[in-house]
Amino acid sequence: MELLVVGLNHHTAPIELREYLAFPEDKMEDALSKVCSLSSIKESMIVSTCNRVEIYAATREAEKAIHDMEDFLSQYHGLPMRKFEKNLYTHTGREAVRHIFRVASSLDSMVLGEPQILGQIKDAYHFSQQFKSSGLILHRLLHRAFHVAKRVRTETKIAISAVSVSSVAVELAEKIFTNLSTKTVLLIGAGEMCQWAARHLISRGVERILVTNRTYERAVSLAKEFKGEAILFEEMGQGLRKADIVISATHSPEILIEHDQVTKVMKERKQKPIFFIDIADPRDIEFKVGEIENVYLYNIDDLQKLAVQNIKDREKEALKAEAIVQDEVVKFVNWYRSLEVTPTIVALRKKFEEIRKRELEKTLSLHPHLSDGEKKSLEALTSAIINKILHAPITLLKQTNEETMADLYLDALHALFGLPEKSLETFSEKFDDQEEREESYFEDVP
Amino acid sequence: MNIHFFKLASLFYLLGTLAYLAYILFFKNILSKTAVILISVGFASHTLALMTRYVEAGYTPVTNLHESLSFFAWMIIGTLLMANLKYKVKVLGAFLTPIALILMLFAFALPKEIFPLAPVLKSFWHPFHVTFAFLGNAIFTLTFCCGVMYLIQEHQLKSKKMGAITKRLPPLNLLDDLSYQSLKFGFPLLTLGIITGAVWAEYAWGRYWNWDPKETWSLITWFLYAALLHQRLTVGWRGRKAAIMAIAGFLAVLFTFLGVNLLLPGLHSYSNW
Repeated sequence: MELLVVGLNHHTAPIELREYLAFPEDKMEDALSKVCSLSSIKESMIVSTCNRVEIYAATREAEKAIHDMEDFLSQYHGLPMRKFEKNLYTHTGREAVRHIFRVASSLDSMVLGEPQILGQIKDAYHFSQQFKSSGLILHRLLHRAFHVAKRVRTETKIAISAVSVSSVAVELAEKIFTNLSTKTVLLIGAGEMCQWAARHLISRGVERILVTNRTYERAVSLAKEFKGEAILFEEMGQGLRKADIVISATHSPEILIEHDQVTKVMKERKQKPIFFIDIADPRDIEFKVGEIENVYLYNIDDLQKLAVQNIKDREKEALKAEAIVQDEVVKFVNWYRSLEVTPTIVALRKKFEEIRKRELEKTLSLHPHLSDGEKKSLEALTSAIINKILHAPITLLKQTNEETMADLYLDALHALFGLPEKSLETFSEKFDDQEEREESYFEDVP
Repeated sequence: MNIHFFKLASLFYLLGTLAYLAYILFFKNILSKTAVILISVGFASHTLALMTRYVEAGYTPVTNLHESLSFFAWMIIGTLLMANLKYKVKVLGAFLTPIALILMLFAFALPKEIFPLAPVLKSFWHPFHVTFAFLGNAIFTLTFCCGVMYLIQEHQLKSKKMGAITKRLPPLNLLDDLSYQSLKFGFPLLTLGIITGAVWAEYAWGRYWNWDPKETWSLITWFLYAALLHQRLTVGWRGRKAAIMAIAGFLAVLFTFLGVNLLLPGLHSYSNW
């Protein structure tokens, strides 16, 4: 059995192509059943997000499976292979394991460390379970991937700092105010940027929103959307008295809020702190306003600088995360090896044990006068002989890490001792126990 | 016996300080929780130390510098544990615990023997006076730490840095709020400390007020905090100005407590140490 992944992502393909090849949720069942019907594929899972489309599979014939999956993508979406051939990547075995671990830990994401991808992988996995396209191997692989993602999250600081302008602004607001839900936000201007920042603040608990705009109607409609209150542009001063956070993003060529005005407002507010976020270009708020006590002024450049700084920090943390991934890939591959070796070991033991039992019975029936003690001795003697003989080959099998050598040994054993055909399925039950215990990995990941 | 408990308490304050240091470095919640457990154990042991000393000496053991320092440290840790219950400012302990530890080490270096009580200290008012005064001082220590944290955090935000320091310190409003709340508790206690002192002075020295250096300095301290409270209540002083004032007030507290004892001999000097 071999693991493989075929797909494309934001590194290899433009957005149009990714969208074209995507699998919407309602088509997932159909798509998965089509992949599963391919004779070369034993287990499969499809991950489809706006940044990646990937098919994971477990197969016995890697070459054929890759070819079949490419054909499937082409036929399903009705796009000739040559149009997206060069955008596809394929990873097999160890590299496929590394790939899913990196994806789940958000090391392969457009925004390093972003948290959504883990949820998307979980969804994809649930689909594959629901439509029974995944089995023992993908099951284990995904659980390990969730475990890796959790390790990366807790052991590195990859997801700790804000990396977008609006999340930096929210983070700053949370370092000035204790409880955002009791604070009032004033939006000056009704543009996209304002709405974006406001939404971010609302998601963090802000409830009171004031909106002002040169065109009053725009302010009213935006206020309605945020369940806020519109105020006339000329009465902005009123808003400044009430607001704790002011987001300004107008196209006004001149300064709207001046130093002296804010000094006066601060007196009226009894020096209650105020946080100005000036995302307009050119600036809406005079630079000197930031020098007033209890006033904090950040413009778009300041916020961007902080965001870039945080991205750099994340990149440093990503190095640590890669080491964790490497560590986990080795662990998984070892498990995977054992999966191939274990059935043979069990079959081998069974074979020897049968021979021993049979021969022992024959001997015992020839000597009915033997005492219980003597019978026991014979039992022990024969068992010891078998264990001594099997010890060396079993140890060797377990310790062989190199794939081709391991396969060679396995084939030889099967041929030499006439063992039944190699099969994973018969041992699924054995691993099911183990999986249940590890179910918690999945539950723990936030 | 009391010295053993005292040493044990110091040891746990030391471990608590180290745990807080680790918390600041690695920023893991488990470390601050560990620190709280360690100082709680230290506090329990410290309480036993004070109780056994009370039994062994037969009087409230706040009569010389060793005892006063130890009592002060005990109050500080007590205040910290109380504040931890209400406010989620984990980093507060990282400021207060080392202060308590330093006081303990200082106390440890001083003569620790129990002497027969000077007649003037034998008074009904003595335990009240020292409890009010030191609890007030301990709470002002907390106010001071809030002030220091506020100034650091404000500097970070004003200079547009958002690094490790910003992340570890609580929001400005929370610091200001805690500072104000602690002032509201500390100030009445300081006032009570001074009043009980004056009443006691009437019994012991025959006059309510003697302009002894300790009295003078505690009055100066009182005025500083009164001014701060007044400005907060009326003009709406807050933030930076309030933080600076809280720091100034604490320096006056320290001078009243230590500076006067060491530099300005007067009626309050009961022992060489």
